[in-house]
Amino acid sequence: MEPQRVLVAMSGGVDSSVAAALIQESGHDVVGVTLRLWGGESDSGCCSVSDVDDARRVADCLGIDHHVFNMGEDFDRHVVEPYVADHAAGRTPNPCIECNRHIKFDRLMRRARSLGFDRLATGHHARVVDMPDGSRRIARASDPAKDQSYVLHMLDQDVLARLDLPVGEMSKDEVRARAAGLGLRTADKPDSQDVCFITGASRGDAGRREFLGRRIPLTSGRVVDGSGAEVGRVEAVEMVTLGQRRGMELAGGDGPRYATAVDTATATVTVGSAADLLVDATPVDRAVWADGPVDGSVLVQTSAHGEPVAAVLVSGAVHWEAPHRRVAPGQSVVFYDGDVVLGGALAC
Amino acid sequence: MRAKRRARVPRSLRGVEEQLNRQVYLDHAASTPARSEVVEAMLPWLGEHPGNPSGSHRMARDARRAIDDARDAVAALVGMDPGGVVFTSGGTEADNLAVDGVLGDGSGVAVCCAAEHAAVLEPVRESGGVVLPADAGGRIDLGALAETLESVADIRLVSVMAANNETGVVNPVAEVVSLVSERAPDALVHCDAVQATAWLDLADACRGARLVSITGHKFGGPKGAGALVVDGDVPLSPMLRGGGQERERRSGTQNVPAIVGLGRAAELVVVDRGETAVRVAAMRDRLETGLLAAVPGASRTVPDGVGRTPAVAHLCFEGIESEALLFLLEQEGICASAASSCSSGAQDPSHVLAAMGIERSVAAGSLRLSLARATTDADVDRALSVIPGIVERLSAYA
Repeated sequence: MEPQRVLVAMSGGVDSSVAAALIQESGHDVVGVTLRLWGGESDSGCCSVSDVDDARRVADCLGIDHHVFNMGEDFDRHVVEPYVADHAAGRTPNPCIECNRHIKFDRLMRRARSLGFDRLATGHHARVVDMPDGSRRIARASDPAKDQSYVLHMLDQDVLARLDLPVGEMSKDEVRARAAGLGLRTADKPDSQDVCFITGASRGDAGRREFLGRRIPLTSGRVVDGSGAEVGRVEAVEMVTLGQRRGMELAGGDGPRYATAVDTATATVTVGSAADLLVDATPVDRAVWADGPVDGSVLVQTSAHGEPVAAVLVSGAVHWEAPHRRVAPGQSVVFYDGDVVLGGALAC
Repeated sequence: MRAKRRARVPRSLRGVEEQLNRQVYLDHAASTPARSEVVEAMLPWLGEHPGNPSGSHRMARDARRAIDDARDAVAALVGMDPGGVVFTSGGTEADNLAVDGVLGDGSGVAVCCAAEHAAVLEPVRESGGVVLPADAGGRIDLGALAETLESVADIRLVSVMAANNETGVVNPVAEVVSLVSERAPDALVHCDAVQATAWLDLADACRGARLVSITGHKFGGPKGAGALVVDGDVPLSPMLRGGGQERERRSGTQNVPAIVGLGRAAELVVVDRGETAVRVAAMRDRLETGLLAAVPGASRTVPDGVGRTPAVAHLCFEGIESEALLFLLEQEGICASAASSCSSGAQDPSHVLAAMGIERSVAAGSLRLSLARATTDADVDRALSVIPGIVERLSAYA
């Protein structure tokens, strides 16, 4: 194989460290890059200075060049601002997906091409597979517990043709063992879990509320039941996700109750039983496809680590084979054929 | 593993033997190479002479003599008394000490312009001081300064850089000094001369300033040694407390080898500064003129007629991103910069260009090629031969 120039996106975590090592071992000309996406308010996420240091020192250890690209303005525009606006509108955004869509696999891929790189590699746990017709698809990772195909569903042929996901065939344990074998300092580094740009995201709702509260007015609201009777209050309507059970102060009632509607305009959350959440179909929009639109029977996953369930896709809606819990508006709905990603869309 | 690491050789140069080691360094405003005489002067103080200048025995006294010789050289460079020289770890510490040391207990107001170096800007901001606008050349707005000196009470310090680190633009220090002496005679003027030392006679360029900051590595000295030079009885509260070195103004064992290097660089720079400035200005002009002619959409960042040192060719390339430009320049063996780098190494938008009123979209494509004594015509030729092609490539992807 002719050696190619490969840009490896290195977050400072163990997966992308090993990704860089594997590409280098296969004889390619590797350069590492870490994206600086957020301007210092967070020191926990994928763009903190200590993570840049980890990526740089791993690159030093491998003997490859390492650069830092500041894509903070684009990240703000395409990820942070929409995240805030979605919450303000009572939607449930997935910022990692928007970052992949707009930053890592658009902005960075274009940057890589302009700099003369043949390919881009990341440390995502997913595989890029070749189809019989020569096209490519994202497929689930070999390690199902770490599978990230859901957050990569937006990649099209143009991107897939130039993308490598070297750790997609490895279990997390294998990745860590490989990193340890190479003496990489990131071998035991914990996985990142939270929204990278929110300080204190590990504190869950409290961190998120603080972040949103600095950017939008948070409205306390009424919680009503199906008949419209007030059954409680909620501190911030903008923080409530459809299907959410906890965090609402509810008086009385039998059995668990879930948010079945969030109306930020009137600051009202409607609650009901689990059965009230069940629907036969979920309308979607902003569909993206790996290689053209698909209709018919598919498997559908509605959250990063959710179970895929059978459904039929018919013009802009997912018709569930069995009644399915409503999907919060703004959540990504990803379509699979077996382990292979066909595309995805946003729940309306 | 380690053995694998070597200087990256751009593909276009591979196999061309004589060009393999060709690195063109056009980032002298970030740091200059230490002159060979400087390195030579420093070496004995790293090994043979271990004395601590605060001690009393012979070896300690040797070290004391060495830094006091350097003190004399720095004082002569700035045109002040040796007793006013406070050695610091560099320009940032000198600037911080000027602002915080003069404000002391926290009362009193510090004033500076928005185009100052962060080492001045941050302490001024943190102290609740006044940050004045810049004119289109990035110089302190004298009208705004005059107004502030009239309207704000208890101004203790006005800080103005002799030459800007990003653009090389020279500030009207003499006008600042005379405005302050007319309107706020109790205030002191501090002049950050870090980027001016290699080019200007500081006694002249900073005349009237009671505090002057310099650092060694911007004019052929080593990193890690700078000085705040204060005139007469300017009271200075120390930031570092301990053994009372530097006349109680900066505690901590002096960095003897680096201070010796700083002193040697100070002696050397005054000898050939004038000749160097003429030669480098000609190269800078050839570089700018050549790029402006060869690259569509290129513009000079500093307006015509604004005085500047010969240090910097500063251009903006429309529709290009500095980061991509710098990456490809490096692939071709040219090391340069755009604005300042943050601690992660990422390029941050330039606060200097913003203060000059340059649109963010234009500033995003800025390039700072900074020259110095070590720069050669071959360096300029190389930059002129590769930059147009790189900009053309990036324009095609924009």
